[in-house]
Amino acid sequence: MLHDFTLDVRAGELLALLGPSGSGKTTLLRIIAGLDFPDRGRIIFGGDDATRVPVQKRSVGFVFQHYALFKHMTVAQNIAYGLKARKRSERPDKAEIKRRVGNLLDLIKLSGFADRYPSQLSGGQRQRIALARALAVEPRVLLLDEPFGALDAQVRKDLRRWLREIHDRTGQTTIFVTHDQDEALELSDRVAVLDRGRLEQVGTPDEVQEHPVSPTVLKFLGDTIEVEAIAQDGKVLVNGRPTPLTAPEGLVGPVKLYARPWQLQFAEADAAHLTGTVRSSYRTQGRQRIEVDRPGAKTVVVEASDTARLAGGREVGLRIVDGYVFP
Amino acid sequence: MSEALAQPANVPVRDDAPRPLGSVVTERPLVRWLLIAVALTFLGLFLVLPLVTVFAQALAKGWQAYLAAFSEPDAQSAIRLTLLVAAIAVPFNLVFGVAASWAIAKFEFRGKNLLVTLIDLPFSVSPVVSGLIYVLVFGSRGLFGPFLLEHDIQIIFALPGIVLATIFVTFPFVARQLIPLMQEQGTAEEEAALTLGASGWHAFRTVTLPNIRWGLLYSVLLCNARAMGEFGAVSVVSGHIRGLTNTLPLHVEILYNEYNFVAAFAVASLLAGLALVTLAIKSVLEWRYADDIAAGARRH
Repeated sequence: MLHDFTLDVRAGELLALLGPSGSGKTTLLRIIAGLDFPDRGRIIFGGDDATRVPVQKRSVGFVFQHYALFKHMTVAQNIAYGLKARKRSERPDKAEIKRRVGNLLDLIKLSGFADRYPSQLSGGQRQRIALARALAVEPRVLLLDEPFGALDAQVRKDLRRWLREIHDRTGQTTIFVTHDQDEALELSDRVAVLDRGRLEQVGTPDEVQEHPVSPTVLKFLGDTIEVEAIAQDGKVLVNGRPTPLTAPEGLVGPVKLYARPWQLQFAEADAAHLTGTVRSSYRTQGRQRIEVDRPGAKTVVVEASDTARLAGGREVGLRIVDGYVFP
Repeated sequence: MSEALAQPANVPVRDDAPRPLGSVVTERPLVRWLLIAVALTFLGLFLVLPLVTVFAQALAKGWQAYLAAFSEPDAQSAIRLTLLVAAIAVPFNLVFGVAASWAIAKFEFRGKNLLVTLIDLPFSVSPVVSGLIYVLVFGSRGLFGPFLLEHDIQIIFALPGIVLATIFVTFPFVARQLIPLMQEQGTAEEEAALTLGASGWHAFRTVTLPNIRWGLLYSVLLCNARAMGEFGAVSVVSGHIRGLTNTLPLHVEILYNEYNFVAAFAVASLLAGLALVTLAIKSVLEWRYADDIAAGARRH
């Protein structure tokens, strides 16, 4: 279920549709492709209204999460499918089809695999074939539905980088759906964050990370702690102590303050905004993360590079050095 | 294995001691032997023995008598009629079975469950009732009886009736096999074909059909075996007119009732032979294409 919104996709950009499951991102992608139909609203491709154009004529390349390769066809036949399905008058001749399939196999670095069947390939290879098959018809827009969702972590990372390369080389307008923030932020030119059928924010990865427009976007883009605060005279106070944050214009009274794990610091009790006891600490990807239990409130995660392992049960104070304020 | 080796040699291995890996579900030799014997005896008594009897009785008076049973004009007409009925009913059910399963497996619409139940109906209705339905509808005292009589169209006690009854009885074979198979395969491949510019028909021909080809062949095989062997429904609508509306199974019955055992069993051996060939092809298909025949089969 989607609510009303307008999303402008620029020619040649790589746009990520990011959202939790059930946010409507796949529905939106399928509507763009012509596989589903909106009750109202329009889909416009470069000035042409495509809302009533059937899927065959939309000229989209669609890559499915589970590849949807044709099992009974070889890799080369899969890639050539779209070209061979054309009307005789628009169909390239055999040699041309063969040449294009060859070029695409080069592009996806699977040149020796033309005569294999999909069942003989790994997941990552299958997804590359699926991409080549979609590119073969020279679509106006390439649509990828959770393209790396079914792959394991390492392959997923390799394919991400590889997709970015392909995009940079072909300049193909591309929209891809993901629920993985890292994937969206790493790969895309712009990110569109969807939640419960609403478009929350569109912007570059930097914009959405630095200036999230709502708590929803903020929370979805990474670990967040939430603290009750008071806005007063343009300042934001937590536990009666001022923070470095300034309150947005016209915001007075109780507000919510959100901070990332790295926007908290350990501090002496007389300078701390929050206090709690250390529950556990662990190291992940070169950073130390400490879970702090607060009485009567949610456990917070603090990320600090300068501390040694803190013993569990220790009383600590926390200072908020940066964050986001919302009503 | 390593555990067994690690055991000191002087400790006697008890019967209920842990057995080597993978044998947890295996019975003791005596029990195993007994179960196999029971199963084989049952198979022998109820399947092999009757089959052997058919051929033994058919050949009781030698090859000459056996072959004579087929050279009889009534027998030949029965063979021709059976082949003709199957040649009409099977392709009909093939087309409609594929169409029905395609609609049911790939689309959402109101009344879908009702349609599935209706397709199953012939399996749950006694064949005699299936035949009677057509007599009640098309018979001379049936619903359309006067109309048909007026226009000199004969359905009951003629070829159309036999074909209709056969189609009815064998209708579920193709659809029943294909619906779960197509449902399992989902619609992603078809959608992929459509986004690549293929028309619906092109996608059906190049993607859907190849994906179900072995399941389709399998179901057509079973459908054909039943179409040729159907007795109950056909018996009701046929009228048993010798040389005209007798199919092979009906012909067997008539011969048997006339105490012409050699001929009866000779003709029956033809049907038994058909069953054996069907069984053989079916086994080959199951062995070679298990993945592509039924939903939920092993996947690679």
